[in-house]
Formats: sequence, structure tokens, C-alpha cells
Amino acid sequence: MPEAVSSAERTARRPRAPVTRPAWLRLPEQPMARHLVLGVLASAALFAVSMAVGSYNDYQLAQIGINAVAIAGLSVLVGTNGQISLGQGAFVMVGAYGAGLVLVHTKLPVALALVVAVAASGAFGVVIGVPASRLRGPYLAGMTLALAIGLPAVTIKYRGVFNGEEGLSINPLVPPGGVDPQRWLSWVVLASVVALLVLVANVLRSRFGRAFRAVRDDEVAAALVGISVARTQVLAFAVSSACAGLAGGLLGLATGIVNPGGFSIVLSISLLAGMVVGGTGSIVGAWWGAALLVYVPQWSSTIANHLGLQSGQSSNVALLFYGAVLVVVMLVAPSGIQGGLQRALAALSRRPAAASGSGRGAGVVAARQPVGATQVSSGLPEDELPGGSG
Amino acid sequence: MDLTLDGVTNGAIFAAVGLALVLIWRATRILNFAQGAMAMISTYLAATVVEHHGSYWLAVAVALASGALIGAVVERLVVRPVERRPPLNAVIVTLGLLVVLEAVAGLVWGGGLRSFPAYFSQVGLRFGHRRVAFSDFDAYVLVAIIVVLGVLVVLFRFTDTGLRMRASAFEPEVARLLGVRVGRTLTLGWLLAAAVGALAGVLVAPRIFLSPNYMDAVFVYGFTSAVIGGLDSPPGAVVGGLVTGLALSYVGGYVGSSLEDLGALVILIAVLMVRPQGLFAPRAERRV
Amino acid sequence: MRQSVRRRRRPALRALGTVCVVGLMAAACSSSSSSSASVPSAGANETAGVTATSILLGTTTPQTGPAAPGYSEIAPATKAYFDYVNAKGGVYGRKITYKIDNDMYDPSQTATLTRQLVLQDRIFADVGPLGTPTFLAVKDFLNTERVPAIFVESGCNCWSDPKLPYTFGWQPPYTDEGKILGKYVATKFSGEKVGYLYQDDEFGLDGVKGLDAEIPGSSVVGRQTYTATPQALAAGLGSQISALKQAGAQVVVLYTIPAATALALLAAAQIGYSPQWVVSSVGSDPPTLTGLLASFSQGKAGAALLDGLITNAYLPLLTDTANPWVAGFKKILAQYDPGAPWDGNTEYGLALGYTFVQALQAAGKNLTRSGLVKALEEHGSSFQGPGLVPTTYSATVHYGFQGSEVVQEESGGQVLNVVNPPEVTTLTGPITPFAQATSPQPPAGFGS
Repeated sequence: MPEAVSSAERTARRPRAPVTRPAWLRLPEQPMARHLVLGVLASAALFAVSMAVGSYNDYQLAQIGINAVAIAGLSVLVGTNGQISLGQGAFVMVGAYGAGLVLVHTKLPVALALVVAVAASGAFGVVIGVPASRLRGPYLAGMTLALAIGLPAVTIKYRGVFNGEEGLSINPLVPPGGVDPQRWLSWVVLASVVALLVLVANVLRSRFGRAFRAVRDDEVAAALVGISVARTQVLAFAVSSACAGLAGGLLGLATGIVNPGGFSIVLSISLLAGMVVGGTGSIVGAWWGAALLVYVPQWSSTIANHLGLQSGQSSNVALLFYGAVLVVVMLVAPSGIQGGLQRALAALSRRPAAASGSGRGAGVVAARQPVGATQVSSGLPEDELPGGSG
Repeated sequence: MDLTLDGVTNGAIFAAVGLALVLIWRATRILNFAQGAMAMISTYLAATVVEHHGSYWLAVAVALASGALIGAVVERLVVRPVERRPPLNAVIVTLGLLVVLEAVAGLVWGGGLRSFPAYFSQVGLRFGHRRVAFSDFDAYVLVAIIVVLGVLVVLFRFTDTGLRMRASAFEPEVARLLGVRVGRTLTLGWLLAAAVGALAGVLVAPRIFLSPNYMDAVFVYGFTSAVIGGLDSPPGAVVGGLVTGLALSYVGGYVGSSLEDLGALVILIAVLMVRPQGLFAPRAERRV
Repeated sequence: MRQSVRRRRRPALRALGTVCVVGLMAAACSSSSSSSASVPSAGANETAGVTATSILLGTTTPQTGPAAPGYSEIAPATKAYFDYVNAKGGVYGRKITYKIDNDMYDPSQTATLTRQLVLQDRIFADVGPLGTPTFLAVKDFLNTERVPAIFVESGCNCWSDPKLPYTFGWQPPYTDEGKILGKYVATKFSGEKVGYLYQDDEFGLDGVKGLDAEIPGSSVVGRQTYTATPQALAAGLGSQISALKQAGAQVVVLYTIPAATALALLAAAQIGYSPQWVVSSVGSDPPTLTGLLASFSQGKAGAALLDGLITNAYLPLLTDTANPWVAGFKKILAQYDPGAPWDGNTEYGLALGYTFVQALQAAGKNLTRSGLVKALEEHGSSFQGPGLVPTTYSATVHYGFQGSEVVQEESGGQVLNVVNPPEVTTLTGPITPFAQATSPQPPAGFGS
């Protein structure tokens, strides 16, 4: 009976007007603008970090950036499009050799060499994507695994072009006067990585991104709606390999050498592990995974060294920690770090006062994540895999 | 001719690893990346037995038993929690396990290369005045693989246990309703697979020397074999193994060793283009 | 629409938060407080890693992974020698700390670890980095930072380069070895058909360059290669050996790593092919090969496959227990690297450590990086050490040993007979015999 409801209850039950932020504090709604703003903010934050830390940490920052773009590309392919790939390292290699050949044989500027790396790798992604689009699940995994293992052999067979095992020597970047070389490297890496990831975020928010997710979730339904499944999958491969290509070009600049030894199956597996542990399908998760790939081996080594073992044993102990971390994180946080964080934050804000959405405002939207990432998924849905089950 | 024989004997080993992978796939729909590493641990244990006792057959028995034990333990402790999760998680878990097992082997037995006895003569047999690249040991490897294949086919097709294993893999809930102890059946699948893998490890060690990483390459080729043959088909894994072994041999012999890996890739793509689910998979229509 | 808007909100802030957290992690993980943003000035770094009582050295080698077998023993053996020197009081009162990092033979890892050693740990010099593709990833960085890279563990023809003034090799370049082995084959087995089986990288290619300089092309009836990837080795070397047998090679020169040497010997035994084997010192270590072949054919035939095998050597023979160097090194190894086997790898590591300490002593009490480089260039060719030939360091040559003697194995690798006395050469120069009145002896009480 209405009279029995107290005024307090009435207030509580009345739908509250959303408390919005002032307009200048809100991120723009339009995806491109939103991503650009986020990209600029992220760049500023990373720049600040790079200025605050020492030379070696700048190099690590560069490594994180390189890993992040490669993992983000893999995330697009595996998380958003649902195609499992064990061969990201092969695309990184194509980009590295693409940029390397340009830098060694021509006087073109570094930026152009990186563009060539992205384009070459993207084109190769299309070439691989076409046969790959016919395969599913473990068969695709097998093909990409064979690619990762077999492709480095090309550099040895065509020694004249690729200089075999010795590889291509890349001149280090020349920093502008007074800037530490490692810091300059980190700026170049982070700037190009953020730029590409802004573009990738746009793609993921566009109809292409929706097509990726549609094909991942239900191929038959997607086809019925008019999405060309094969073309979508090839495009996903292209986007993924373009990201890997940038990673490869930057890797050549960071390492100073491009030789097959740096692109073994270990690279592909590490990227995959970084992606899953960081959080599949999420660009932010890619950064977590990238940081993990850089820091966990270092932490493992430090711990192992503190145990005072002989060098051979301490290396094995370090590896033991690394493998254990992979297993434990998967058992404890199956949706990766990003997924775990999302759940934690969601749990924290599921309190009644916050439930109505007050305190934050409408109109603030995030863009550096594909929309689908809020579904806490870290891999293929179970019914995705074929193999006679259908 | 030598190339063909070389390819066949290599192929048999790849087939064995492929069989193990197929078994695990059929049992739990998981790609076990640690298959080679588990076999490696079993083979190291066998090598320790040989060093202290000298008996080859005892060592083989130890390898099989330890393999089975490792498989069961891994399934219960490490894989069970991720079985119901997206498949990528299981991939990462098995990868982590691979790293852990190789590190443990390095700690316990050191990183050096070791030899492993073959028991049978590895010298090629004589045919008239020629010596062929096929020895008693190679024959023993082939026979062993064929026997294992036969046992597995019989198990899956003609026994209740096999039926239960297939049911647990495809429809665990339905199987449970029908009274199948799904958990136990999955463990059995891993146990068998790991034992087969251990056998492969023991058979290949005399040819390529024992070290913590020695099964990495064999695993890759085993995986290729399983994929070529179709992950649900044990005979497919064997055929896939032969195809892979022969392809590697011919490419290495005629084109040059640097293109062997690329050759395997090309064969794989070729097969999968024609039959996207492997040679022996049931044809599943996907067109709408 | 509002639903999804609300959920997307958090990720934006989280994205920024993530970046900041990563940055904080990066800052937190730096163990030293290096914060200089400027290019390091030459003067400030001359004495990096050196204090009144210590010298910090570092290196990158494969301790795990497919390249680790054998090579992982070298750096611990060098460390054992340094520990021995420390126990004797160090060099001018400074004790040597030797940090061994595991790069798993991955050049990207080498690049990372070397930067960590130089920028964070502040090592004085990179002593004994192993591998050609791995060191190529850091050669420019080390020279730009003016960090001496002493005794790169590789025989590439690339370490004596005017563009790399801070880089020095140690082991004989592969081409030098190839020339000496080739000359021996051409003289001892002239007229016989020769086949090559070599690794398909600069190790094999440089070695073959040396062989071809001495062996007439018409004698070479087969050239087979293999790649040193785990996949290729897993498939065995059967096809290559068969091809050489078909070609009728009576002498087969192997430019192979030990695992591949063993595979080649096995493959040949399997098809009943027994040519005269000539193996580069890189791949012929008798204890390693004996171990690998031990189980062949139930242990009956294994080590016998090594009988008659010819190889080259530039360090005292492992079996020469009467040699004071060998005796001393074995004692040092047993005390400071217990459990390590006495084989070619550990001898290499110990001898390399010995040469480095000689360089430190020559550099004097005021130890600086450029001082060390100068000491090697000025005094390196007069070092009296364990080598069977002298080191050839000079202002223009940064190679160490450039010669070898040729030995033949017997009794399953237990006995090594010298079949050609030591000779020296250069990459393009002639081969000349080397003789000395008395070979250098270690100091009295060496090893105890």
C-alpha cells in the first residue's frame, strides 16, 4: 500500500538521474576519437615511465612493447576470431627480415622500413590465411606449428638473400643528441606500437571486428547473415600478422641482428602463453602478457641465483619456476590476468550503492578493448573444436 | 631405397608419438604438448635402470610403468581442473608442464647427451652383397608399433572399456548418466597414452641420444603425423607417421637437409587442403 | 546501449592503470638505481666492475636447451679456474666474480642478458660469450659501450675486425683449422676420393673454405650438409651418409658438432660404410663421442667406431696425463667444479680462463677496459700458456690460436697419437710448421 512506503524508501526506489562527469573529462563516444585519446594518454604515461627509469629498464620497456603488439595481434586471431595459431613467431620473422632487408640494402628511413615490415607480414598473413581458413581447431594448430618450425629454414636455404645463420646486421638507431640509446629505442617502439594498436582497436570496433566475433561464435549463423567466413578469417590473419610484422621490425632494431635463431618455436609458444596468461581477446591483456614474458624469466633467474646453486642448476631452477608459473596461473586464474582483474573489479563494484551505476557516469566509454572482452573468455568455446564431435 | 627404409623407420617412431597424442585427444579432447617430455622422463628412468642393472627389458618395463604412472598423475592433478575449460588453457598448462619436466630432467640428470641401448643390432641387414639401411632394431621398432596399434584398435572397437572411453570423451554427461565412471576413464586414457609415448621415447633414444630436449623434435613430428592422419584415428596416426617420415627422408635426400622442415610443412598443408580433418577423419560437411 | 557503456567505462581507466602499474613494476624491478639518461661517457666506464678488491665479469652461454649439451660445461670450468685464482689471492689482490647467464642460444635472449650485464650489473668485460649468431646480436652494442668482449667462444672469421676494436677471439678460426686438416688429407691421402659432411652455417662453410684451399677440387666427390636444428638431427644423417657412400668417398671430412658426428658414425655403421674419418676439433671430443656411441650394438661395437679417426688439437691432449697442464687442470676442475667431466669442453673453459688471467696480469694494477685491450694487443702473442701453438694477438689481429696439430685416435678414443706436428697459418697465408725448443710449462705447483 503506497501510504506504508516511507519517504526514505521512495527516495531509494526512485530511479536516480545519472551523475555525469563534466564534458571535458569524458572520453569521446566516437570510436576513432576515443581510441586516439586513449592512445595519446597511454603514450604520455609510457613516456613518463620511460623517463623515470634507467637505461636497462628502458630496454625492457621496449621489449614489453614489442611483445605486446605481437601478442595483441595473436589475440585478435585467437581471441576475437577464434582461430588457434601456434605460428605467430613466423610472422614476426617475416616482419623482421622485411625491415632488415630494407635497412641493410637501402638508405630508406627506419619508419619506412617498419611500414614495409607491417605490409610484408600482412601480405604473408593473407597467403597463410587462405589455406588456414579451411582448417579448424587442432588441425589449424598443427599447420601453424609446422609453419613456425619450417619457415626459418628458408633463410638458410636462400643464404644469398638472407645471410643464413649469421643473419642481417642492423645498425642501431641513432638517437638525437644527448638521449640515451635505450631510451630512444623505447620511445620509437612504444610510439609505433601504440599507433598500430589504436588502429587495431578501431578495426575491432568496426564491422570487421563484429564479423570476427560472429564467425568465432557461430560460423553457420554468420554465414547465414551474409558474412563471408573465409574472407573474415583471412582478414583476421592479416591483421594479426601485420601486428607481428611490426613486432619483428622493432625486434630487429632492438637486437641489432635478424637471424633464424631468434625465431624458433620457442617464440611462438611464448607469445601464445603470454596471451593466454595475460588474458585472451584483450589488448590490455596483451600488455600484461608482454610484461610477464619479460619479467618472469628475470625473476626466476634472480630467485634461482639467490639459492646459490651452480649456474647449470640455477638455470634449470629458473625454468622450473617459469613453467610452474604458467601452470599455476592457468589453474588459478583461467581467464588470465585481465580476466581475473575484471572479475575482481566487478565483484568490488557489485555492492548495492554502486549497483545503480552512480558515481561513474554515462558517456565514458573505453575503447582499448574489444567489446567482446567483457565476456570472460580465454579461449575457444568448447563446442568450437571439431574432430568428429559434430 | 635406403631413403625409403630410413623414412619408414623414422616414421614408425613419429607414428608412436602420434598414437599417444590421438589417444589423449580421443580421451579428453586436449592437445598434450607435454607428451614428449613425459616420455623423456620415462626414458631417463629407463636409462638409470640400464646403468645400474644392465637389463634392457627391465628398463623398458620401467619406462612403460613410469610412463603410465606419470600420465595418470598428470591427468588427475594438473589436467583435471582445466578439462572443462576452453581448450587453450589446457594447451598452456601442458606447455608449462613441458618446461617443468625438462627443467626437472636437467636438474636430476644434467644437460649432457647420453646414449641409450638398442638391444638389437643397429647394423643394417645384408641382402646379398648389399647392406640395406634396415636393421634388426628397425624391425623391432616396426613390430612394436604395429602391435601397439593393433592393441589400441581392438581396445577401442571391440571392448567395453574402449566404448566407455569414447563415450566419456564425446558426451561426458550422458556417459555419466549411463553409469560410466568418467573421471576414471579419462585417467585411463592418459595412462595408456603416456605408456605409448614412453615406448616411443625408448625406441627413438638409441638413434638420437638422450637429453632433456631430445623429444621436442620427435613430438613435433608426432603431432604432424597425428594431424595428417586425423586426430581421432589411431590408424591415421600411423599412416600419418609413415607419410611424415618418408616425406622428411625424401626431401632431405633429394632436395637438401635444410628444407626438411619446410618439406614437412608443405606435405601437411597439402594433406589438410584436400582433407581438412586429416586423412582418416569422417567427412563432416560444413557448408551451409 | 547504456549497459555496454557502463561496462566499457572501467576498461578505459584500467588501461591507463595497467600502463602505470607496468611502469611501476619496471621501476621496481630495476635492482640498481641507474637513472642516467645521457650516453655513458667513455671515462666513467673505464673501470666499471672493478673495485680495489674485486672484478665483475659476465657472460652468456646456453645452459639449457638443445644447444646446451657439452657447451654448458665450458663457462663453469672457466669459473672454476677463476675460483682457483681467487683462492691464491686473486689478480693484484682482486677476486674475480664471474656471472654466467643462460641465453639458451637465442640471440634475442643474448641481447637482453648482455644489456642487463652491462647496463645494470656493470660488468667489467664479457668473457667467453658462446656462439656466433648469439654474439652477433651484441657485438655492436658491446663495442659502442666500449665493453671488452674477450675470447668469443666461436671460430667465426669475424672477430678480428677493425670495426670491433673491443672484441677478441680465442679458438682457431674454422678456416685455419680447415686448412691444416685439408693439407694433411691432401698429403696423406692424395689421390683418394674425399667427401665432406658439414653443418650448413658459417661453422661448416668457413671450415670447407679452409679445406678447399688445400684439397684439390677434383678429389672432392661429395658435399653433404645438415642443419643443426633439433628437428633435422632427429631425422638422422642417414641420407647424407648414404649419398657419400654412393659417391665412393674414401675419406670423409666432418665439420660437425659432436651430436652430428656421432650420428654420422652411427649412420655409416648401419650401412656398413667405413671411410677414413677426419673430424674438426669442434666435433671430435673423444669422451663425448665415446659416451654417445657406447650403447651402439649392445656396447660391443660402439667406441671402436672411433678407431682411426683423425682430428686436430690446439690444447694438450686430454689423455696426456704426464703433461703438467693436464694434471693441473684436472686438479682444479676436481676441486672447484666437482662433478664436471674432464673432456674437451672443460679443458677449453679452463684454458680460456688461464689466458684471461694472463691478460689481466699484463694489464697491470691500474685495471681499465682500454688497458685490458691494449695489454692483449701488446703482450698477447708472447703469452706462455697451455696451447700447443701460441696466441697471435696484436694491434691488427684479434684472433687467438691460429694453428693445430693433427692427431689420430686409437683404442676407442683412449689413445691419441700425434700424426702431424703443430703448424700455424692465417686465414689467407701459408701453413708453416711451428716448433719450439721447450713447450711452456705452468708455474710450479700448478693446480694445488
